[in-house]
Amino acid sequence: MPILKKGQRYFCNYKMSLFYFIAFLSILFALLVIFSKNPVHSVLYLILTFFTFTIHYVLLNAQFLAIVNFIVYMGAIMVLFLFVLMLLNLNNDSEPVKTNLVKFAAIIGGCCLLLTVAASLKVASPSIPVVLANPNLGLVKGLGKVLFTQFLLPFEISSLLLFTAMVGAVLLATKDKTNA
Amino acid sequence: MESLTNRRKLIESKPLNFLERAYLPAILSGLRITGKHFFRKDVTIRYPEQKREFSENFRGQHSLKRDEEGRERCTACGLCALSCPAEAITMIAAERQKGEENLYREEKYAAVYEINMLRCIFCGLCEEACPKEAIYLDGDIVPSNFLRKDFIYGKDKLVEAPLNQ
Amino acid sequence: MELAFVGQKFILVGIIFLISLVVAMYSTYAERKVAAFFQDRVGPNRAGPFGILQPLADGAKMFMKEEIIPTRANPFLFIVGPSLAILTACIGTAVIPWGQKMTIGSTVVDLQVTDINVGVLYLFGVVSLGVYGVMIGGWASNNKYSLLGAIRAASQNISYEVAMGLSIIALLMITGTLSLREITEQQHGFWKDGYFSWNFFKQPLGFLLFIVCAFAETNRTPFDLPECETELVGGYHTEYSSMKLGFYLFAEYINMFVSSAVMSTLYFGGYNYPGMDYVNEQLGNTWGPLVGVAVLFGKIIFFIFFFMWVRWTIPRFRYDQLMDLGWKILIPLAIANIVLTGLVSTFLR
Repeated sequence: MPILKKGQRYFCNYKMSLFYFIAFLSILFALLVIFSKNPVHSVLYLILTFFTFTIHYVLLNAQFLAIVNFIVYMGAIMVLFLFVLMLLNLNNDSEPVKTNLVKFAAIIGGCCLLLTVAASLKVASPSIPVVLANPNLGLVKGLGKVLFTQFLLPFEISSLLLFTAMVGAVLLATKDKTNA
Repeated sequence: MESLTNRRKLIESKPLNFLERAYLPAILSGLRITGKHFFRKDVTIRYPEQKREFSENFRGQHSLKRDEEGRERCTACGLCALSCPAEAITMIAAERQKGEENLYREEKYAAVYEINMLRCIFCGLCEEACPKEAIYLDGDIVPSNFLRKDFIYGKDKLVEAPLNQ
Repeated sequence: MELAFVGQKFILVGIIFLISLVVAMYSTYAERKVAAFFQDRVGPNRAGPFGILQPLADGAKMFMKEEIIPTRANPFLFIVGPSLAILTACIGTAVIPWGQKMTIGSTVVDLQVTDINVGVLYLFGVVSLGVYGVMIGGWASNNKYSLLGAIRAASQNISYEVAMGLSIIALLMITGTLSLREITEQQHGFWKDGYFSWNFFKQPLGFLLFIVCAFAETNRTPFDLPECETELVGGYHTEYSSMKLGFYLFAEYINMFVSSAVMSTLYFGGYNYPGMDYVNEQLGNTWGPLVGVAVLFGKIIFFIFFFMWVRWTIPRFRYDQLMDLGWKILIPLAIANIVLTGLVSTFLR
């Protein structure tokens, strides 16, 4: 059926241009995170960056991941970030003076990152970013089935990891009281 | 120490039991109480349309009285102004002319009589000071207004309506 | 075909948007009227018969008021705050199934904007996003009271989101799906297989936890600490005036509407009511679903009334009590509920 194919191709093209637009936005907001002077603005840009990631997931038909990214990163973690930054009330005066050593380390670190990115670009081959082999991969049913059969052990281990982190946090929070 | 009146009550503060700590029964009983009020008849009065009955010793807007023949009783002696703790009353006296005997009872009368209702505290001392029983605070509540000057009530608002009307 | 579908959705979105605004508008009126009745008063009765035009008068007042942006405030974020608050309040309505599929002429109209298969999580995400409007507005005002209100809002929402999520998980263990349409269809009618079909009767504790968290998430009394007048002037909206303040207040009422709709859908059968099959047979496929919609709105209005009833009954919590209730009582209870649900569904079937 040629008509349907045409429609599909049209849909694909429209999806591709949407992908490039969103990708552009992600990079733009990510850059703004680094370049904005005010830390609160940085966090707000980071939230926007995460929001564009959510759209990427939706484009990939990974609804569950999209929503989880939305809830966990945008709704919880970034709220906590913002919370802490608002309480700290950072401004230009309270910015710590950086020593030369720190600046030197930062330059080296940046160069390493650049090198890695350049190297990875050299190896990268053009791929179709939006089309998945299995379109239902990201849905709740598919994901759940894979998580609880094929990847059961890593899943449980990661839950154990999170649990450890939780216990550690509680321990840190209550440590002073027991000593005093 | 022993209480003299024997009415003292000892208050025990027991720790809350489980139901009290669960908080929900208390919330439900609170909801029941407010729910009862929801259906109760309202106690308010829709003021400009409905008016609550005044008590007998209510003091409202002043009125300058007339005698049995419809003559103004006020003789502009100024005792009301003198007794006023809020300095709300002011007046200008004038002499009664020939032919005005049916308007004013005494030979002297108040040509201008003004009460500033923003100053007045409705204490009723003017009423008590008046030797001629000319001023009474037997009116309604003084209505609100937009301008300060409109709260200075002259004789046009204060003097009682003539008898024959 | 494609265009007709899009047009249909547009009309549906428009209607839902309009309805939620009208409901929010009349919630302000209802709040004052209900408060008056609880306090043996009359409430607003000047604008129109029984004061029915009061919301319009209030709205006109809001628009006429002077727009003030404090000089030390961040002007862009100051405007973003209320916009975000009302946006996040409105988008929650997208996944709620308002009624059964309706037949008009030959077309079948789905009375739900979109049935995404993670509907419950979507709602959850929208709720968690709602706090940004408050936080950004409170921070951008550059006022201590606003900031305190914003911070309270943030910590309160994060704390109660956890308990809310856990209480929903127990529900999802029973339903086995995240789609709100499927959850509603499972509660068809009122009585099925010798037991009540509504989820409330299967998850009474879960519903209790959910409604407490819903009060906290919508910042309603007894959890209205972010805007508590006695301590924080106006909380996060201290510096706001005019329609920007109106947006914050509106957002609160729309949130109340949405959470009432969610509670009705998740626990009280949504558009289902006893004897619905018989009614649908009598009225046909056009008017039958509309009765269901009316039933859903009846439930929503009851919940909104309940929100107000509680507001005029219970005093505000102290902040540490709020946190204690969230972390030390609601979360353990929610986890116990999950375990209980798991045990029951394993051993009874």
